[in-house]
Amino acid sequence: MDLHFGDSKPTDDERAAVDALLGPPESSWEGADRSDADLRWARGGREARDRRDLLLPGLHAINDRIGWISEGALDYLCRRLTVPPAEAYGVATFYAMFSVKPRPATVLHVCTDLACTAAGAPELCAGIEARLGPGVSVERSPCLGLCERAPAALAIRAGDPVRTAVSAPATVHEAVLAASSPDSAPQEPPAAMAVPQAGQDGLVLLRRVGAVDPESLDDYRSHGGYTALRRAFELGPAGVIREVTDSGLVGRGGAAFPTGRKWQATASQPDHPHYLVCNADESEPGTFKDRVILEGDPYALVEAMTIAAYATGAHKGYVYLRGEYPRALRRLEHAIAQARARGFLGEDVLGQGYAFDMEIRRGAGAYICGEETALFNSIEGYRGEPRSKPPFPVEKGLFGRPTVENNVETLVNVLPILTMGAPAYAAIGTGKSTGPKLFCVSGSVERPGIYELPFGATLGEVLALAGVRDKLRAVLLGGAAGGFVRPDETDIPLTFEGTREAGTTLGSGVVMAFDDTVPLPRLLLRIAEFFRDESCGQCVPCRVGTVRQEEALHRIVERSGAAAAGDIALLREVGRAMRDASICGLGQTAWNAVESAIDRLGAYA
Amino acid sequence: MTVTPLGIPRRLLEFTIDGQEARVPEGSTILDACRAAGKEVPTLCEGDTLRPKNACRVCVVEVEGSRTLVPACSRKAEPGMVVHTGTERARHSRKIVLELLASSVDLSTTPQVAEWIKEYEAKPDRFGPDAARLNEEPKVDNDLYVRDYDKCILCYKCVDACGDQWQNTFAISVSGRGFDARIAVEHDAPLTDSACVYCGNCIEVCPTGALSFKSEFDMRAAGTWNESEQTETTTVCAYCGVGCNLTLHVQDNEIVKVTSPHDNPVTHGNLCIKGRFGYQHVQNRD
Repeated sequence: MDLHFGDSKPTDDERAAVDALLGPPESSWEGADRSDADLRWARGGREARDRRDLLLPGLHAINDRIGWISEGALDYLCRRLTVPPAEAYGVATFYAMFSVKPRPATVLHVCTDLACTAAGAPELCAGIEARLGPGVSVERSPCLGLCERAPAALAIRAGDPVRTAVSAPATVHEAVLAASSPDSAPQEPPAAMAVPQAGQDGLVLLRRVGAVDPESLDDYRSHGGYTALRRAFELGPAGVIREVTDSGLVGRGGAAFPTGRKWQATASQPDHPHYLVCNADESEPGTFKDRVILEGDPYALVEAMTIAAYATGAHKGYVYLRGEYPRALRRLEHAIAQARARGFLGEDVLGQGYAFDMEIRRGAGAYICGEETALFNSIEGYRGEPRSKPPFPVEKGLFGRPTVENNVETLVNVLPILTMGAPAYAAIGTGKSTGPKLFCVSGSVERPGIYELPFGATLGEVLALAGVRDKLRAVLLGGAAGGFVRPDETDIPLTFEGTREAGTTLGSGVVMAFDDTVPLPRLLLRIAEFFRDESCGQCVPCRVGTVRQEEALHRIVERSGAAAAGDIALLREVGRAMRDASICGLGQTAWNAVESAIDRLGAYA
Repeated sequence: MTVTPLGIPRRLLEFTIDGQEARVPEGSTILDACRAAGKEVPTLCEGDTLRPKNACRVCVVEVEGSRTLVPACSRKAEPGMVVHTGTERARHSRKIVLELLASSVDLSTTPQVAEWIKEYEAKPDRFGPDAARLNEEPKVDNDLYVRDYDKCILCYKCVDACGDQWQNTFAISVSGRGFDARIAVEHDAPLTDSACVYCGNCIEVCPTGALSFKSEFDMRAAGTWNESEQTETTTVCAYCGVGCNLTLHVQDNEIVKVTSPHDNPVTHGNLCIKGRFGYQHVQNRD
C-alpha cells in the first residue's frame, strides 16, 4: 500500500483530538516531526493497519472536538492508522452525524420521525429555525429513540469535552435553550420515567430500573446482580448454553433466531478468537427499550455479556451503541470501568481464571449499522454496508472470526434464565415464544413507555395498559420495517407466531398508536423518506427502489381511489423486487409498512 | 514437454438447474453452472477478474427453500440445490432492477443492456418525467481518462480493482450513502490531487463506459467513434520485461484505446500507466 496524502495539515486542536485517542505519533511516518531515524526505516505496515478499527473512534474524536472533519484532520488520522484517505473519506461521508464540510460547533438534531411528527415536530422545527441564529446547525433527524417523550431534540456541542443536552418533550424554548447552553439545560428525567410499570411486582427484565442506582455496582449486587454469573461459572460454558437452549430464548432484535443455537454454533467453531458483539444500535423508529435498560440498569448488560462470552469462548466483547444515546453511553462507560476496577471484568473474572473485557463502539447515525454484518464492517473501520451471507457471523463475523451477535434485550434475558432456571423461564409466555417481552409503546396513548409483559398478551392488553386514546386510527407494529394493523385487531397475540399468523410482525416490539392528527399518507411518506435516507446504496433494488417508492408516495399524498391506483400498482411492483432481491433486511422490509397500510387499513382507497 | 498445473482435484457436486441435472466442481457459483449449461443469466457488476460483489442484483435466481432470491454470481452451488433461473419471480426482479437503473443512470454505453430491457419488457419511463436521476457532469480533469459518473451503476468494480484485489493504490472509494453514493477520491478532489497512478485498471473493469479513455470520450463527443471500423491487435508491451499483453484498438490507423486480455495468467487484464496510456510515440509521424 503506497499512501498518498495531500498538503492539508491538521490544526492543533484536531491533532490533539486524534492524539488523545491514539497517543502521540512515534515517527514522521505517523505525522510527527522528522528525525534522523525516520530516514533509515519506515514505520507502518501490518501493525498500523491492524488498528483500522480505530478509524470510527478517530472520526468521532475529531467530530466531537471540532464539530466537523476537515481535510487536514482526516489526512492526519489516516497517517496515524495507515488508512488510504479515499477510504476514510468514504467512511466519514457514510455517517449522518459526521460532516466533511464546515458547520457550526453546535448541532441540534430535531427528531421528525413518526412519533415526533404526530406530536408536532414540524411546528417545532419551524419554530426552532426561526429562533436560532447561524451559530447552530439544525438537522432534521430520524428517530432519536425518545418516543415516550415526543417531540424530541438532541443538542451536541463540539469541544473538549463534547457537551450534549436532550430536550424531550421539547418546546421551542427548551430546545433553543439546550442548543444555546447545553450545560445549563435541565437534566433529563430518570430512566424509570420511561417505565410506567416501574416498582410493580412481577417484573423480570425491568425490575431493577428505577429501584437500583445505575451508577453503583454495590447497589446492583444488592439487587441480585452477579448471581447469574456465579451460576454460569457453576454450570460451565456447555451448561450455560444448555440452559439458554432449553429456555427457548429467541433473539429480540427482530429476527427471532434461537439464541441457544447461535451460541452453540459459535462455541463449536475451531477458529479462534471468538468475539461477542452486543447490538445496541437501536435505530428502528419507535424503539427505545435498549436505551432504557442501559440508562436504568447498565450493569445488567455487563453481566449478561460476561456470561454470553464465557459460554461461547470469547474473551473480547464489543457493544455497538448508537451515537444518539449520550446518557446510555455515559452510564455504560461508567459501569464497565467500575466492573473492571472491581474484578468483574479483566484478566481473571471473579477469580475464576476466565478473562473477559469489553469495549463500547459508538455508531454515528446510520440505521443500516443495526444489520448484523454492516455492524461488523462499521466496527472494523469500513463503510457500514451489509455483507452477503453465507458465510454467517457464527462462522465468519467480526474481523473474520466466529462471532455471536445479540441485541441488548436478548442478552439481559439470560440473567433470569440462569437465576430462575430454564424450566421456570420457559413457563413464562407461550409454548413457542417464551419469557417476558419488552414493548415500546408510543404515539396516541396516555402513558407511553416501555412495558414488560409475558409473551401472549394481546395488542389490546398492551394498548389498554398504556391508556390508548380515543379515535385510534392505526397501530404500527415493529417500527418502520414492521406493519400497520387496524384498531379493531386488538386480539392479535403479541408473540412471534401470533403476529405471523395475523400476517404482520412483532419486529423489535414497537407498538405505535396513531389517531387522525396526522393523515396516514403523510406518515407513509415519512417512512419512505426514512428508508431512502438510510439505504446504504450498495444494491440497486434498495438504492433506487426506496427513491422510487418515496416519489410515488409523494405523488399520491393528496390522492385516492382511481387517481392513486396507477402509483399503487407501481409501488407493489417495486416493493416486490425490493423484498425479493435486496441484499439485506433494510431493502427487504422497506415496503412492508406501506403495503400493510394499503392492504389492511385501506389507505388511498 | 509443457507441464500444465492441474491444481488440487475438486469434487463434483450435483444439483438441479431448471429441472436439468448439473455437475460442477465444488466451489463453483450458480452462475458458473448456468454458463456451463448454456443458460443466459444477465450480469452487470460481475467481473471475470474480480470477486463477486453482487451489488446490481440483475443475476438473481430462485433457489427452492430460500426466502429471498439469490444472486447467481456469488452464491456457491450446493449439492441437492434446486435452482430456477427463469421463474416469473426472478424475471420480475430483473425487470425492476433494469428499470430502476435505466431510469436513473445513462446506460447508453452499457453493452447488452438494451437487449435485456427489450427481453424483460422493462419500461424505465413509467416512473415519470420527474424520477430522480444521478445528474452528474463528466469529470475531465486529466489528459488520460474521463470519469462520467452519470453512467455509473455503482458496481464497485473500479474500487475493487484499485484496492486490494489488484492495484493496491486505494485512490477511490464509494462516498456518501444511498442514492447519493458516488465513486470519489478523498475530499471529492480532482484525480490529479489523488493517489491515482493512472494504471487505467478501473477502466478495464468498468461495465458501463462511465470510465473511458479521453480519446474515446472525445471521439464519442465528436461523433467519430465507430467500433465497427476498429481493429483489435493483441501484442506484447515493450516497456519492461514483464511481458504484459496489450490489445490495441485502432481506428483510422490511430490507436484509440488499449485494453488487455483478462485470460492472461500473469496480469489478468491489468496494466500500468505505460502500457495503458504510453502509446503516443507509436503514432508520432513527424
